[in-house]
Amino acid sequence: MPTATPQPTIPQTVERENYLNKEYGVWSWLLTTDHKRIALLYLISITFFFFIGGFFALLIRLELLTPAGDLVQADTYNKLFTMHGMVMVFFFLIPSIPAVLGNFLVPMMIGAKDLAFPRINLLSWYLYVIGGVMMLHCMLTGGVDTGWTFYAPFSTNFSNTKIVEAGLAIFVAGFSSILTGLNFVVTIHRMRAPGLTWSRLPLFIWAHYATSIIQLLGTPVIAVTIVLVAAERALHLGIFDPKLGGDPLLFQHLFWFYSHPAVYIMILPSMGVITEIIACFSRKRIFGYSFVAFSSIAIAVFGFLVWAHHMFVAGISVYSALVFSFLSYAVAVPSAIKVFNWTATLYKGSIHYDAPMLYAFGFLGLFTMGGLTGLFLAALGIDVHVTDTYFVVAHFHYIMVGGALMGYLGGMHFWWPKISGRLYPEGWARLAALIVFIGFNLTFFPQFLLGYMGMPRRYYDYSHMPEFQILNVLSTAGATVLGIGYLLPMIYFLWSMRYGKPAPDNPWNAAGLEWKTASPPPTFNFDEDPVVTWEAYNYEELDAPPHQQEVPVAR
Amino acid sequence: MPDSTLVGLHHEEEHHPELLHHFADAQQQRDASSLGMWVFLATEIMFFGGLFCAYLVYRRWYFGDFAAASKSINMALGATNTAVLICSSLTVVLAVWAAQTARRALLIGSLAITMLLGVTFLGIKGIEYKDKFVEHHVPGPSFSFENEPIPGHPGQFANPRHAQMFFSLYFVMTGLHALHMIIGLGIFLWLFVMAWKGRFTPEWHTPVEIGGLYWHFVDIVWIYLFPLLYLIDRHP
Amino acid sequence: MSAHSSTTSPLKGYFAVFFALLIGTGITVYAATLDLGRFNAAVALGIATVKAILVTLFFMHVWHASEKLTKLVVIAALFFLLLLLGLTMSDYATRLWS
Repeated sequence: MPTATPQPTIPQTVERENYLNKEYGVWSWLLTTDHKRIALLYLISITFFFFIGGFFALLIRLELLTPAGDLVQADTYNKLFTMHGMVMVFFFLIPSIPAVLGNFLVPMMIGAKDLAFPRINLLSWYLYVIGGVMMLHCMLTGGVDTGWTFYAPFSTNFSNTKIVEAGLAIFVAGFSSILTGLNFVVTIHRMRAPGLTWSRLPLFIWAHYATSIIQLLGTPVIAVTIVLVAAERALHLGIFDPKLGGDPLLFQHLFWFYSHPAVYIMILPSMGVITEIIACFSRKRIFGYSFVAFSSIAIAVFGFLVWAHHMFVAGISVYSALVFSFLSYAVAVPSAIKVFNWTATLYKGSIHYDAPMLYAFGFLGLFTMGGLTGLFLAALGIDVHVTDTYFVVAHFHYIMVGGALMGYLGGMHFWWPKISGRLYPEGWARLAALIVFIGFNLTFFPQFLLGYMGMPRRYYDYSHMPEFQILNVLSTAGATVLGIGYLLPMIYFLWSMRYGKPAPDNPWNAAGLEWKTASPPPTFNFDEDPVVTWEAYNYEELDAPPHQQEVPVAR
Repeated sequence: MPDSTLVGLHHEEEHHPELLHHFADAQQQRDASSLGMWVFLATEIMFFGGLFCAYLVYRRWYFGDFAAASKSINMALGATNTAVLICSSLTVVLAVWAAQTARRALLIGSLAITMLLGVTFLGIKGIEYKDKFVEHHVPGPSFSFENEPIPGHPGQFANPRHAQMFFSLYFVMTGLHALHMIIGLGIFLWLFVMAWKGRFTPEWHTPVEIGGLYWHFVDIVWIYLFPLLYLIDRHP
Repeated sequence: MSAHSSTTSPLKGYFAVFFALLIGTGITVYAATLDLGRFNAAVALGIATVKAILVTLFFMHVWHASEKLTKLVVIAALFFLLLLLGLTMSDYATRLWS
């Protein structure tokens, strides 16, 4: 299936000027204000951190192959799961889709030449890199062992690891996240092409708009919390110090006020990607467009109402816990609405099983499982039993890896032709998707069982419960398979940049303004400013015989 | 924060030199800049909001101790600083009006006085911090708050540990506010230089407008900090 | 956002707000010296809120803002701030109930 030789007789391989070849040289990349180049800068950086986070995951799973703590010491293990969490959450998942696909596509999807603030976009990348370097330095010179949640008073009073440095790294990365969100909100409000009303926007845009709201309103709270922790460690200003009458739970309130909505930062963009993919590969308009659009906003708003469900057993008032439990059930509703709408879109659609669609199918199943197990956790009684066990670990990995990461991979495949001007090898891509799906389930399904049976999280030694070993071995085996599944796209994407078939402008015959321009696009995206006169997801038109098609906007 | 480039001074009829290429027209650019600053201020509300949350929790728990601690900070200086910032908000608004109506002298003067008032604010803050340092009210190993009566409760004395909590919040909240003030001074210095060079016209003075928005926000934060920190219980 | 208010010059309005702010500060300080029991805090914060509203509406030109969006951004931020404060307090205020 994959071919190595390009076909020089096709005129399109005579390269038109596009954003990749317009200028060469390191500085043309490092000082770019082109949102598409910045997206690629982000792609390289977050992939780097994905490897680092994955490396820590590998060590964790290796340790857990045997009940005894025999690979690393306890302190080291604490650092491993801490660094795995911090890197994956703050330096991979939160930026991933918005900073790569969002940066690349948001201006194109709305017919704009760039984001509203291109230089702030570049600044956002540099802040990410600076935060990343700080985190790397922190990890290389001792690391942090508090868990990614760095609870007080352990983090403020007792841990002797590099918490201030890690905290400041996250602070800087958080500022990067805020600036990205700011850019998206202003761009979507102010720079839509003529005729592109809100109800004609791709749902990818709605999803990123909702994500940006969360980034803007939530991140500052964890930023100030980090400042307080740093102040407590460095200056002894004891806001959370019980010796001064401080309340460690106050830390948890402030921490989770952001960190719960943060998980919606991670999933909403992925939902946006999935919506685009499902519509395209069912050749149908999304069922219930306005429901999906408003559900995105509802998830963003409701997501801010539920944070204390992470604190059910921490000592909050039981009445408050009741309220948060109820609200946690409510927040599942818009997500469920989306799942129903995606499913209804598939019904009587003309389904194509290209790689992006395989990832979308994977998403549908795994996100649903992850979401449902979230409801288990929202029930106070069940939560008392499974909190701080592998049940919780499995739940959030189903959503973050089975959901968000699958969406990211699906989106990378879907838009790869647009981004690179090359087609990836479809056979290998389908194989990789399958490997990821199998590897994922083998890794994380056993963890539900482990958690329910009582294996605590963050333990490196379970030798008092040796019966858990078999499930742990399965999980580690799955992780290996999953790793292979992730490596494959990295290899063939790189391969395709040199040897892949040149991509046409619209290889999927997909709806959306980004497909009406060249692959790869010119620097200013469109040769002429688009004017939109059609509804979103006009697949009937796109699939109609040529003489019935409305003339598309001139490129 | 403003996205303008410092290009030539000549004012073109059709293509204003400050118009950036990715915007359709000057109005769109102006609207984008304004919305951008408002959205940024929304993030700042949440940033300070975390501190207000901490304050609210502990003030409720330790009201008497907080009241005693609050009484020990200088209300006169705090009130003066409030007035200083209110004056500076007026000068900011005058600066924007001056830019809108091509009054260059007033614009430059207003920006200068705004900065002066900002420096005054910081100076007074510095005096307050120095006083707290001398009285051993700075949290840390040398903190001391013995035998301070709780207002309204004769015979009862404030718990020094809870008083230290008040001062922790005091320093973090006013310190963060002062940091924002310093950044504001930096922004206004830049505006002053641009105004001096004659860059602002009635058609384009967006940096003055959005710089002004930032300054007003910093003023509003202080408007809340003053009663919360200085006026918990001032009954004689 | 070049504000063209309906009056010929907005200066009178600016100075009116300015004096209102100063007077409000004076009242706040004076009221703090009175014993109003639990209403001391309400009065102080109430006046502060009035001042903040005046600055927002008139100094920051939200009153004359041509776009509803500006007002929406302000309201949204305040809404989420109140969410943070309110829901957190729902824990602290009810801890001793059981």
